[in-house]
Amino acid sequence: MLFNRAKSIEGSIDKYLENILKSSLIFEIGLKEYFNGKQEAFEIRTEEIQKLESESDEIRRDIKYKLYKELLIPDARGDVLGLLETMDNVIDTAEMVMIRFSIEKPIIFPELKDDFIELSVASAKCVAELVSASRAFFREITKVADSLAKVHFWEHEADKIEERIMRKAFSGEFTKDLSQKVHVRYFAERISLLADEAEDVADRLDIYTIKRSI
Amino acid sequence: MATIIVFLSSGLFLGWSLGANDAANVWGTAVGTRMVGFKKAALVCSIFVILGAVISGTGASHTLGKLGAINELAGAFTVALAAALSVFWMTKAALPVSTSQAIVGAIIGWNFFSGSVIDMKALTKILGTWIFSPILSALVAIVLYFLVAFILKYWKVHLIRLDGITRIALLAAGAFGSYSLGANNIANVMGVFVESAAGLFTDFSVGNLFQVNGVQQLFFLGGVAIAVGVFTYSKKVMLTVGAGIYELTPITAFIVVLSSSIVLFLFASKGLKDILVSHNLPSFPLVPVSSSQSIVGAVIGIGLAKGGRNLNLKVLGRISGGWIATPVIAAAVSFVVLFIVQNVFSQAVF
Repeated sequence: MLFNRAKSIEGSIDKYLENILKSSLIFEIGLKEYFNGKQEAFEIRTEEIQKLESESDEIRRDIKYKLYKELLIPDARGDVLGLLETMDNVIDTAEMVMIRFSIEKPIIFPELKDDFIELSVASAKCVAELVSASRAFFREITKVADSLAKVHFWEHEADKIEERIMRKAFSGEFTKDLSQKVHVRYFAERISLLADEAEDVADRLDIYTIKRSI
Repeated sequence: MATIIVFLSSGLFLGWSLGANDAANVWGTAVGTRMVGFKKAALVCSIFVILGAVISGTGASHTLGKLGAINELAGAFTVALAAALSVFWMTKAALPVSTSQAIVGAIIGWNFFSGSVIDMKALTKILGTWIFSPILSALVAIVLYFLVAFILKYWKVHLIRLDGITRIALLAAGAFGSYSLGANNIANVMGVFVESAAGLFTDFSVGNLFQVNGVQQLFFLGGVAIAVGVFTYSKKVMLTVGAGIYELTPITAFIVVLSSSIVLFLFASKGLKDILVSHNLPSFPLVPVSSSQSIVGAVIGIGLAKGGRNLNLKVLGRISGGWIATPVIAAAVSFVVLFIVQNVFSQAVF
């Protein structure tokens, strides 16, 4: 009975992490479609990520309820819930960025298209590595450090690309309109925010991992 | 029978306090961290303490008997009372105290009072074991720590499943610890009565399967007293132990309990001793040791295995102090109480 309960929660945690990974992939593909002018396909992706986000909320609540009701992992319960809750910020950010694109429809100059695609890829990779680190936290603690190093690497890459986009936008080569420049900067910052959120979770995970070592 | 119970009352009281305090050493972290529920812990503990006492309790008790063969029931009552009073006073004064050390001191007090010759061989064996047991406990804990760490490094088990496995492991280690506690420490509770009271019980057989002799019936009563102590008073102590003194994770708690249980078992199991002796291997003397000191030894072992960060020299000082202070105080109390019982209540104490 103990192991049936464990199996059910393990399944929920795996599903939750899978959803976070899926959200990063939808984020990457959806934004690529937006930058390539495929507005309709992008809107479908936005709906997909919204569904995924609310489904993940349900799973997270279920895990929380079960962990407390069944009094499981008393020593690591707070850490596990902390991890899952901060990971929720990641999927929230991915959803929020896509909704902002859908509402505000920023003009992305063709000269900046590749940079924006590169930025979305770096942010999505950051999340994917965070998911790998989290899986390792649950099953293979010695592998956490490798994945966390990759999270930090991609976050740093995202920062560099974000700065490059802002410099280009404000150089005046594409537009003299300040509102357009600010709009471009804002969206570069938003996409990069996903990587920042992932890094915040990674920092927590680093501590949780030290605490988990016997 | 009523007379026997009255005279046994001091031993039963000692058993009760052992159940209240020492059960917490075995189950404290598991219950304190809510890995095992109190009711389940108390039930498993009671069953295994009684089993340990009845099945394997004679070995350590025999050594105490060698130290001082207390031949009068009133003498045994007084010695157990002196030990219980010493434990009570020292606990009140917040001094580290062990039932094992108190009872040995009290027996020595009886030896002085009755003018019996102290068996120095038995005494050195006991004293040596006290010093050795926490050290051995630390060594076992170090070995187990590295073994468990190695297994966990390569075993890709999910955190949630590991939690379930740890619970089962804690329950198993707790049961083993309780058995060892019963086997090793029943001598403290009932050992002094063996000479004078065991003969008052009639041997009987259970369904022609096995014989239950007087000593075993005596130990059964002691085991029940320990169980009552567990059910009535140990919860508070367990929660205190689990809540903060040791700050162990459930897995290190398992290692600590298992190490200490192994040590208690080594110093209690006659069966194991016989096997070792028959193979010409060095065997462990059967001596009642302190479960608290054994636990502290194991915690220190974990600290050393982690690189010595948790090593608290004050704790070591307190243990060593306990080796000397407890028996001396108990011997003095025993001498005084024996004098009172003999001269005021006109009871033959030897």
